[in-house]
Amino acid sequence: MHFNLFVVPFTAGMLILVILLTVRYIKWLSDLEAGNRNEIGGNLFTIKTLYAIREVFMESLLHRKVFKTNPLLGYMHMSLAFGWFLLIVVGKLETFFYTGKFANEFYYPVFFRFFEPTPHKSSLLLAFNALMDFVLLVVLSGIVIAILRRFRPRIAGMKKITKHSPGDRLALIALWLIFPLRLLSESATAGYSGNGSFMTQSVGNFMALFLPVHQLAIVFWWMYSISLGLFMVSIPFSRYMHIPTEILLIFLRNWGIKTKDHFSGFSEIEIQSCSRCGICIDTCQMNSQGKNSTTQMVYFLRDYRYNQLRPDLTDNCLLCGRCNEACPVGIDLTQHRLLQRKKKEFELPSGFKYLPVNQSVEKTDVIYFAGCMSHLSPVISRSMEKIFKTAKISYLFLDKNGSVCCGRPLKISGQFEAAQKLVASNRQQIIASGAKILVTSCPICYKSFKEDYHLNIRVLHHSEYLLELMLQKKLALHPSGKKVVYHDPCELGRGSDIYIQPRMLLSHFMELETIDQEKENALCCGGSLGNLSINPEERNAIQMATAGYLNSVDPEIIATSCPMCKKSIAQFSATPVKDIAELVVANLEALSESQKSLKHHKVGQTIEI
Amino acid sequence: MKDWGYSILKGRQIDFENNDFSIAEYITKHEPSFRWCIGCGSCTATCSAARLTDFNPRKLKLLIQRGEIKGLADEIAKCMLCGKCQLVCPRGINTRNVIQNIKRALNTCHAL
Ligand code: SF4
Ligand code: SF4
Ligand code: SF4
Ligand code: SF4
Repeated sequence: MHFNLFVVPFTAGMLILVILLTVRYIKWLSDLEAGNRNEIGGNLFTIKTLYAIREVFMESLLHRKVFKTNPLLGYMHMSLAFGWFLLIVVGKLETFFYTGKFANEFYYPVFFRFFEPTPHKSSLLLAFNALMDFVLLVVLSGIVIAILRRFRPRIAGMKKITKHSPGDRLALIALWLIFPLRLLSESATAGYSGNGSFMTQSVGNFMALFLPVHQLAIVFWWMYSISLGLFMVSIPFSRYMHIPTEILLIFLRNWGIKTKDHFSGFSEIEIQSCSRCGICIDTCQMNSQGKNSTTQMVYFLRDYRYNQLRPDLTDNCLLCGRCNEACPVGIDLTQHRLLQRKKKEFELPSGFKYLPVNQSVEKTDVIYFAGCMSHLSPVISRSMEKIFKTAKISYLFLDKNGSVCCGRPLKISGQFEAAQKLVASNRQQIIASGAKILVTSCPICYKSFKEDYHLNIRVLHHSEYLLELMLQKKLALHPSGKKVVYHDPCELGRGSDIYIQPRMLLSHFMELETIDQEKENALCCGGSLGNLSINPEERNAIQMATAGYLNSVDPEIIATSCPMCKKSIAQFSATPVKDIAELVVANLEALSESQKSLKHHKVGQTIEI
Repeated sequence: MKDWGYSILKGRQIDFENNDFSIAEYITKHEPSFRWCIGCGSCTATCSAARLTDFNPRKLKLLIQRGEIKGLADEIAKCMLCGKCQLVCPRGINTRNVIQNIKRALNTCHAL
């Protein structure tokens, strides 16, 4: 039996951690939504579990996604997580080869070098010794970056890093101390016994020159054990709860579980998986352009976790989804903000007795729904009407005389019930028309139709539909050579994964420029209905910055496919901003013009747009 | 005075004895841009709900500022929060948040 009193802090910390974790996990897992357990059962023995294991390895240990954000930041996270993991695994193997048995006191590998001061003889054990030193060195290098970065965030590619709460800071200091103390204890022991390897032995020899290493060693081992114990106990009460929880999250997510319209045990697991890495701070335009550095998801989740959420934190967010894309843990962040709004605004009054009920609707194959916002930029719906005519498609313009809102604006302001009433009204009309295709020009309506309407017909955004028409050769578009840059609307891009279709369409008749922040990383135009409480100056700042950014590639035209984006950007853009439908019509018309003039003059001419 | 042909209608005076400014105060506190309204009526002209029913966001704002809040809950419930008014407001008022705060004010200041 290997024992020394100093193992007590570590052992006690570990025990407390295990008990607390077990209690919490049982609670969260029992709070999963009703259908979730069947889902887990059905997926447990499938390839999905293997995917989950791979993802745990790639993300929780290697931090691949953080690497993508910034290599040095990734190295920092990896050296700490993977390094520590290796210390545990290699340490365990080392004791196995040393003692020849697998079951030892569980603290034995942690304090191995104290318990076994005699230098190794076998080359295998010497190799293990060196390996352990090497891994410790890697972990220490990560700690050095972490400490430097606290003072100069930019060295790891970040402008702002998370401002931590006192509890987090305590845990952070315990964590930072663990590995230097391990180095000191192992080195001190090596200093008198000679059992170290390249690093610990050299440091130990050096210490032995002027320090009483024999007496000091036990002090360092005590401190090492205390810092470990402290850290273990702090895990459930600090951000480090993310370490064990993220693993659980990855498994559940791979088994198909999501946060839907209700807050469930899974949602709790998601929230606890946030590492407060702060990657979502720089990416948020409320911070970079709006000068609001307190509303980002890292703080929202933190305050939520500790029941200290201020109402303005719930409201002041564009729901643009840029943070969702950036978050290395892959938490569905905007959904959490939305659920919080739902909780808060559930009881706000709404009454839509004036809505048409059971209205009879003309039968048709294709319904066109422009959406409220398109009525503020009617050139879009007029263009669509021309296109329908050109392509000889019979259609019904459902909201020709003004729309009943699709319901999403109410939903994203937390009023789910009220939204449902609008959904019911529109849905009845859509179904009554017998249409097989519903085309809309508004990405907000599009997302709503897709997710909340439960329609059994094809729902298409007009950018998808126009591409289809073109591919079916119902629209003859001709290259104009004009340089265009495309702005991805949040609800269409990140919200609905429509990135390729508008680009395919545009590049067919224009010179499509690429720009750094596009597709998943596209900027928000600032007009978002997602943010109720943003102040007008901040909104303008975001709109101006996005317009400026799109102009930076010197396009002749800025194209987009959302009436709201169009209006937001156009306010601050010298370059004309056009909806994709307008561009198609301009191209069709330029062609027919040039055909006319060809007949008259028989001279070739380049086609405008 | 009489010769000018002007008279004052008692019914249109703001009656501080009876009028209730708590809603106006609540909104101004939570959405200060509420104060900027010049009553131009652009919001009403574009309003999605106004097309379908007798609903007038401009009038509501005016009445709230005067402290006349009778029947406000039923009226404001008609708004679909579509945001058209916000895009046309020449004063750049955060009209959707004004509306959200009218609703919140009704829930917190008054159980109407
Ligand atoms: S929400 Fe995601 S990106 Fe933001 S701090 Fe948490 S883990 Fe990092
Ligand atoms: S959704 Fe957009 S505005 Fe909201 S926190 Fe994320 S990045 Fe910021
Ligand atoms: S559009 Fe704006 S300024 Fe005009 S009445 Fe409406 S809220 Fe007031
Ligand atoms: S948000 Fe409400 S008040 Fe404004 S236009 Fe839409 S329905 Fe009318």
